Amino acid sequence: MLELKNISYEVSEESEKNKEILKNINLTLDERFIAITGPNGGGKSTLAKIIAGIVKPTSGSILLDGKDITDFSITERAKEGISFAFQQPVRFKGITVKDLITYAVGHPISTTEACGYLSEVGLCAKDYINRELNSSLSGGEAKRIEIAMTMARGTSFSIFDEPEAGIDLWSFQSLIKVFEKMHDKSGGSIIIISHQERILNIADKIVVLSNGEIVNIGKKDDVLPGLLMDGPGCSVLTEKL
Amino acid sequence: MDKITKDLLEQVAGLHEIPVGAYNIRKDGQLLSRNVSANIDIVTKTDKPGIDIIIKDNTQKESVHIPVIIAQSGLKESVYNDFFIGENCDVTIIAGCGIHNGGKETSEHSGIHSFDIGKNSKVKYVEKHYGTGEGTGERIMNPETNILLREGAYMEMDTVQIEGVDSTKRLTKAKLLDNASLVIKEKIMTHDKQLAQTDFTVDLDGENSSANLISRSVAKNESKQVFKSEINGNNACHGHSECDAIIMDKACVEAIPALTANSVDAALIHEAAIGKIAGEQLIKLMTLGLTEEEAEKEIVNGFLK
Repeated sequence: MLELKNISYEVSEESEKNKEILKNINLTLDERFIAITGPNGGGKSTLAKIIAGIVKPTSGSILLDGKDITDFSITERAKEGISFAFQQPVRFKGITVKDLITYAVGHPISTTEACGYLSEVGLCAKDYINRELNSSLSGGEAKRIEIAMTMARGTSFSIFDEPEAGIDLWSFQSLIKVFEKMHDKSGGSIIIISHQERILNIADKIVVLSNGEIVNIGKKDDVLPGLLMDGPGCSVLTEKL
Repeated sequence: MDKITKDLLEQVAGLHEIPVGAYNIRKDGQLLSRNVSANIDIVTKTDKPGIDIIIKDNTQKESVHIPVIIAQSGLKESVYNDFFIGENCDVTIIAGCGIHNGGKETSEHSGIHSFDIGKNSKVKYVEKHYGTGEGTGERIMNPETNILLREGAYMEMDTVQIEGVDSTKRLTKAKLLDNASLVIKEKIMTHDKQLAQTDFTVDLDGENSSANLISRSVAKNESKQVFKSEINGNNACHGHSECDAIIMDKACVEAIPALTANSVDAALIHEAAIGKIAGEQLIKLMTLGLTEEEAEKEIVNGFLK
C-alpha cells in the first residue's frame, strides 16, 4: 500500500509567484489496478515521478506499506519495490535489451528467460534480445521494451506513465491484453496513467487529476460517466476519449 | 613464460598460450619467440629495430600475432614493423603493446607500422594497448600507422586503449586508391592525468574509395583527449568521421575535424558529440535498482563495448 500525505510540489517561475504543480494531494493506493487520468498538464507525470523518487516534493510525505520513504533515493525506492515505466523511453549507446532486462531482474538470467518478457509485450524476442536500446528502435518498440523491463522487475508497486503514448492503435489493442493479463496475475499494485477508455475500464479505482488537484476519485462506474460528459475541466481528455 | 608476460599477452592479444599460425612476440626489446607459416614470412630488419611481415598473394583466413611486451622499467624503444600484403588475401593481424612498469623510470614504446595492402585484399587489424604495474614510472605508447590500400583493398582497424597508459600520441595516415575502403574503430578511456591524442589523416585518392572513422571515448578525472581527423576527398569518394565522447569529472575533450573536398563528387561528413552521461540514462538505471555508481559504470562499459 502506498500513501501520499499532503504532497505539494511548486516550481519557481520568474516574475511570477511560485507555480503549484501539485496541491496538497492525499491519496491511498492499495487496489490492484489504479488508473490516473485527467487533462494534460494536470500533474499526473509529476505525481508518478514523486512516487519513483525522481522529483522531490516541496512538502508532504510518502509511505510504502507504512514505511516513510519520503527521503529515499530513486535506487532505494526501486529496491523497496517501486517500478516506473517512463512515458518517453530512454535510449542508450551500447547497452542491449538483454542487459536492461537483466538489470531489471536483478540477477543474471538466461536468454530464454529474457525472451519470455519480450514475448509478453508482443515482440519477437530473437529479433530484439541482442539489439542495443538505441535510437535505431522505433518509439513503439522502445515503449514495449520499457514495459517489458518493468514487468521483469516483478515488484509490488509498478507505475506506467501513458503506456499508450507512441504506440499505434493496432499495437495498442494487443498491449491492452498485456495489462489485462498483468491485472489478473499481479499480486501487487499497478498504477497506469492513461487516457484510454479500455485501460480505465479495467481499473479498480480511477483518480482524476486536474490542475494539480484530485477532482474525482472512485470506482469506474462512479467516475467514468462524469469523465465522458462535457465538462469544462476535462475537455482535452474528452476529446481523447 | 613468467606470470607478468602471460598476463600482458592475454590483455593485449587475448592469448592464453602460444598462438596458432604466424607470430612474433617481442619482449623488452628482444625477440621472445617467432613462428612463420607457408604463406606468412617474418624477417628481422637489419638497418633498424623491427620486422618485415610478408604475406603471399591469395593467403586466405590466416592470422599473424605480433604482440610487444615491456616489463622492464625504463625501457624506451622505437620499433618499425612493415607489412607487405599481397593480392586477394584475407588475413587478421593482431598487434598490441602491454607495458608493466614496476619501477620509477618511464617506459616507452613507439610502434611504427606500415601497411602496403595489395589489390582486393581484406585485412583486419586489431591493436590493443594496455598498461599496468605498481611503479610510479610513466607508461607511454606512441603508435604510428601508415596505410596504403591498393585498388579494391579493404582494411578494418580496431584500436582499443582502455587503461593504464599515461600518455599516448596516435598517428594514423592512410592513402586509398580506386575502390579501396577503410574502417577505423577507436575506443579510448583515459583516467587520472592521462593524455591521449589521436590524429587521423586520410587521403581518398581513388575513385569510389571510402573511409569511415569512428571514435568512442570516455575521459575521466583530470585526463585530456584530443581527437583530430582530416579527410581529404580527392576523387568521387565517401568519407565519414564520427567522434562520440563522454566527459566526466574534470576531464577535457577536444574534437578537431577537418574535411577537404577537392572533387565535386566527394561526399564528406563529420559528426562530433561530446557530453556528460545523460541524466535520464542514470535515472532509468536507478529505477531498475542500480546505484548511481553502478549505473555510471554500466553506461560507460556499454558505450565502449
